Amino acid sequence: MAQPVSELVQPGRGRGIVDVYKHKFLLQLLVRKEIKIRYRGSVLGLLWSYVKPLMQFLIYFVALGVFLDMQKGTPNYAIYLFAGIVLVNFFTESLGNATRSIVDNRDLIRKIYLPRELFPVSTVWVSAAHLLPQVVVLVGACLLTGWSPSIWQLLAVIGAFFLTALLSIGLGLLFGAANVYFRDSENIVDMILMIVTWASPVLYVWPMVQRVMGPWFFLYQLNPVTVAVEIFHWAFWSPTLSPAQAGTISMPPDLLTVWFPSAFGVAALVLVIGQLVFMKLSVHFAQEL
Amino acid sequence: MSVPTAVSDSVAITCRNLRKKFVLRHTRSMKEAIVWLLTGRKGDLSKKFDALKDVSLDVEQGETVALLGLNGSGKSTLLKLISGVLQPDEGTVHTRGRVAGLIEVGAGFHHDLSGRDNVYLNGAILGMSQKQIDAMFDSIVEFAEIGEFIDTEVKFYSSGMYLKLAFSIAVHTDPEVFLIDEILAVGDEPFQRKCIVKINELAAAGKTLFVVSHDLDLVASVCKRGVLLEHGQIIMDGEVHAVVKELRRRSAE
Repeated sequence: MAQPVSELVQPGRGRGIVDVYKHKFLLQLLVRKEIKIRYRGSVLGLLWSYVKPLMQFLIYFVALGVFLDMQKGTPNYAIYLFAGIVLVNFFTESLGNATRSIVDNRDLIRKIYLPRELFPVSTVWVSAAHLLPQVVVLVGACLLTGWSPSIWQLLAVIGAFFLTALLSIGLGLLFGAANVYFRDSENIVDMILMIVTWASPVLYVWPMVQRVMGPWFFLYQLNPVTVAVEIFHWAFWSPTLSPAQAGTISMPPDLLTVWFPSAFGVAALVLVIGQLVFMKLSVHFAQEL
Repeated sequence: MSVPTAVSDSVAITCRNLRKKFVLRHTRSMKEAIVWLLTGRKGDLSKKFDALKDVSLDVEQGETVALLGLNGSGKSTLLKLISGVLQPDEGTVHTRGRVAGLIEVGAGFHHDLSGRDNVYLNGAILGMSQKQIDAMFDSIVEFAEIGEFIDTEVKFYSSGMYLKLAFSIAVHTDPEVFLIDEILAVGDEPFQRKCIVKINELAAAGKTLFVVSHDLDLVASVCKRGVLLEHGQIIMDGEVHAVVKELRRRSAE
């Protein structure tokens, strides 16, 4: 035969998340598919990606901002609130869907070998596609209130996005794989997602936590989602404040120098653990599903 | 992980001492598992059985092999081990070149996408690149006889159209090794004949075919070599007509 002799390989042995990069085209198609079918048969379609977070925002704004009068101590509380909600939504949606992604794609996984990391990774990209319109609304609202960010703040937004995506993929691999064996995993994740909104300064401001936690405040800051939310506040909310207002607030100490890099460290560690567990468990996905 | 030494350069699939255990898990909840651990692991949490025991098999490039056996003899398990969907508990599988399974065609289809989108999605799932699909697209549509319905969502397809399209994508993926599981019964008779012609063409082009089917006359006409599995072991390996005869004799008993 004329064709060159290719190497003998063992089928079904992946190299983890590296393989996803080799299947870029398939990843792209999977993401596009999810986006296309997400709101199939609905009248509002992609508009739901705006409506749902706006409703969530309104509930919190009325309950906390107006009834509990958070907006008195926090200037531009609406911007503060929405910036945090947008980021936490990205995280909760990515992680929730990534956790279900393996079980949801069981028909495919049981019949054809693909790098299974594709499924959790694609859900994170889908969530990113739904994050985009919300960020557009956020930017619009910021511009109306006189937003003038520095280049560093804009770069930090991108950094915070990647930080959150990295963490979502890591946790998504971990819980997505565990979910194949124990469907309890979905419920554990639902619980984590419930906590996340409150474990980061989305609805309140960080000095309130520091006052209570005192020397243990660093534990709070070790949460990468917390750091990402604070970065979003720094980039979107603080540049909308007038000089007088800006004098009354401050960002958490060492946010950019210590906590931002260490959050990447935590997220990277989670990703490594998630990948190792996923690799170990994914060998038996096809027979366990 | 080491590559077996005693194989020639022309081998396409080589299996050595394959063993596959299946666990019939009883529990899916953490509570039961924890209770089981706390009570000193009394009893077995799961039951096991061997789907394949000690299967060794070499398939040369360009060979057409029919995998025969009654239900539950381990045919599909072996196919899944070769495709990489399952991993063996013992032994090794090695393959050379791109392997594509025509295993339950349409597994990667999504009902809410158009035929066109599904061609791309399924082609990519079966390992084709964007360029390859672009180049093959017209040929895929023509072979499937889908015509103008290609931009209709596949949920509106008749089951025949659906299978034809899926089969058409699969035969256009152009791998070196084809794994075929019970898909020769696709569509109406003219289309079936067309499929068989296509499969014979692939065989003539030097592709390795590995076919599982219960249609014994059909596999005998497509394949040259037969492998008979019973209870997870190879009990006969030889010329396909002789193997088919043996299977018929055994099932008549």
